[in-house]
Amino acid sequence: MPSNPIDSAARATPEPVARKIRGLSDRAIAWLFVAPTIFLLLAINIFPLIWTIRLSFTNFRANRPNREVEWVGLRNYERILTDSDIWLTMQATAHFLFWTIFFQVLIGFTLAWLINRKFRGNDLWTTIIVLPMMLSPAVVGNFWTFLYQPQIGLFNYVVSFFTGVDPSSFEMLGSVTLAPWSIVIVDTWMWTPFVMLICLAGLRSIPDYIYEAAEIDRASKLRQFFTITLPMVLPFLMLAVLFRGIENFKMFDLVVQLTGGGPGSITEVTSINLKREAFEKWRTGYASAYAIILFVTVFGLASIYVKALNKVKQR
Amino acid sequence: MRTAKYLAATALAVTGLGASGAAAEDLTLCWAAWDPANALVELSKEFEAESGHSMNFEFVPWPNFADRMLNELNSGGKLCDLLIGDSQWIGGGAESGHYVKLNDFFDAEGISMDDFAPATVYAYSTWPKGTPNYYALPAMGDANGWFYRKDWFSDPEIRADFMAQTGRELGEPKTQLELLEIAQFFQGREIDGNTVYGAAIFTERGSEGITMGVTGALYPWGFKYENTPGSYDMEGAVNSPEAIEALEFYKEFYQTATPPGYTNSYMGESLDAFKSGQVAMAMNWFAFFPGLYADPNTGGDKIDFFVNPPQNNEGSTLGGQGISVVAYSDKQDAALEYIKWFAQPSIQQKWWDLGGYSAHNAVLNDPGFKDSAPFAGDFLEAMANVQDFWQEPAYAELLLAMQKRLHDYIVADQGTAKEALDKLVEDWTEVFEDEGKL
Repeated sequence: MPSNPIDSAARATPEPVARKIRGLSDRAIAWLFVAPTIFLLLAINIFPLIWTIRLSFTNFRANRPNREVEWVGLRNYERILTDSDIWLTMQATAHFLFWTIFFQVLIGFTLAWLINRKFRGNDLWTTIIVLPMMLSPAVVGNFWTFLYQPQIGLFNYVVSFFTGVDPSSFEMLGSVTLAPWSIVIVDTWMWTPFVMLICLAGLRSIPDYIYEAAEIDRASKLRQFFTITLPMVLPFLMLAVLFRGIENFKMFDLVVQLTGGGPGSITEVTSINLKREAFEKWRTGYASAYAIILFVTVFGLASIYVKALNKVKQR
Repeated sequence: MRTAKYLAATALAVTGLGASGAAAEDLTLCWAAWDPANALVELSKEFEAESGHSMNFEFVPWPNFADRMLNELNSGGKLCDLLIGDSQWIGGGAESGHYVKLNDFFDAEGISMDDFAPATVYAYSTWPKGTPNYYALPAMGDANGWFYRKDWFSDPEIRADFMAQTGRELGEPKTQLELLEIAQFFQGREIDGNTVYGAAIFTERGSEGITMGVTGALYPWGFKYENTPGSYDMEGAVNSPEAIEALEFYKEFYQTATPPGYTNSYMGESLDAFKSGQVAMAMNWFAFFPGLYADPNTGGDKIDFFVNPPQNNEGSTLGGQGISVVAYSDKQDAALEYIKWFAQPSIQQKWWDLGGYSAHNAVLNDPGFKDSAPFAGDFLEAMANVQDFWQEPAYAELLLAMQKRLHDYIVADQGTAKEALDKLVEDWTEVFEDEGKL
């Protein structure tokens, strides 16, 4: 009779160790296994968080370790929340977040819906579409700066071809009105395939018999879409939005490569602003308060969103 | 007798060791990655041969240089034994204990700061400013200057056109306004079948670019950081009518005389624009001028140089760096040996010959210096009228504030020049209040 793996493991355990384990309760053994993870979690996540909260009430500067640290109470929080420049970076982030998610969901879902149909070369097209998200954001940012170059950039020539305007008459990265859209375009180009893949998984999880039943009930294609396809893909779509929302809230590399936060501070999203405060100006206490405010914002919004997602899944 | 021989041999061995200095070390010198750094690698081979120490180099591209090196210093890193740090870092380097104070060493080795150009000693070596407390040896004199297409400027057709348009001869500008006029003249002009543009200026947002460019206009207009030096009293100085005028001038320059898409440009972009035949003139640091002159396509007879033109007064933006010994280094003795070797007039002469900019009087005051390179005279002229940015320990905050206010106004076209400078005064006041200096 073949022994099962548990029996084998038990037999392989040296007798002194086995005796010790036999002396422990199940609960103690469970804690024994979980303890290293909890320790790591505390050391890497929880302790730095608590330390950051503490620093946020001080004027500490990491580049002046010898300087006396003063307790400043809520002054850092007050300065951040009343600083008009920081609100502008929040607006830049909100613009970027909203429009990238809007376009990625719209285009991603459409692509998934098209790819889900059976046609020749389906797999090849799927591979081609997902290529951009396999690239490094630094590389993407770098080559899009060339594409956007007003004198030699391909993007300007394509726009010129379709609209007839002079290619060097507009600057995607240098114009106050166009720069925020230039980063939206690149992020959409890069991450729409991710949304498409998640939507595709949702579409392929819908059993065919539901559509067959709808056909028998003589439901139109449009009705099938709104009563079957969309509701059943919605949890997947919401998950994609959550992932992209969290990712884009902390977007840094792509924007730095493309605009560096400029022109002026038009595309200076919060992560760039926070990095400047923390690691260029070295206002560690102030930057800690800033990070806590962002953390609470993201955590709050994500919690509300996850609750909504669970409700949708339960329907 | 035998004992005496042994003693003599031992004494000789000991004195021999003493003459060759400490045990051979691997020294690391940190600097920015640019043309002069390559010259220093060449020069340092002589030090390796003489001292027995070996030299390693850590060169970081300019846009990341400050970030990388200041992080290294702030974390007490041992990567660099010697650092050629930017002039503005001297305050932080001294007050935070990153740099070794060199006074005792200079006294012991007979190195006199009187042997170096006063402007470079003041800017690169001293903290507090102007006091005889030295934290660096002037290593690389530098200032922001200009270069232009001499072949275009001497083209009879272009000259006639310029004369018809402006009523004067086309030549090196004598004022900032003339500079703008020439740049505007070339903007969009067809030369050899290509559309060319006026000038490449600094507009970079991320590090220090636009500040270094704009101060090139502010200083000739008479800009001052404080009403009284050392008082941090900035209201009326930083946002003076002259400063406002200079800022408006730079914005007009950016909008009317630079190539399209020139919104985030610094040293590299300026060199590219000039070498590709895109612009008639460009601003950049003197450090690049030897390389530009040697360029086979746009150098030689096709290029000439001029100092930043005056307006209300002479004024150039200071570049350049001093060489410091990093306080966290375990090889400080060998690092000091390098500084002693580097300070020698003969080495300083070789430094200039290889493409570095010596700040040693023996080199600069040599009668043949002015004619030793087409830009040597301009360099001397520029160094006589240089002004530097704040060198305070909080310089990074002061710089970032200025970068933001200038870029918002000039490139993003937001607000007025007065508003930009008023906000800058507010930002700087806040920084100095945090520092406890106001």
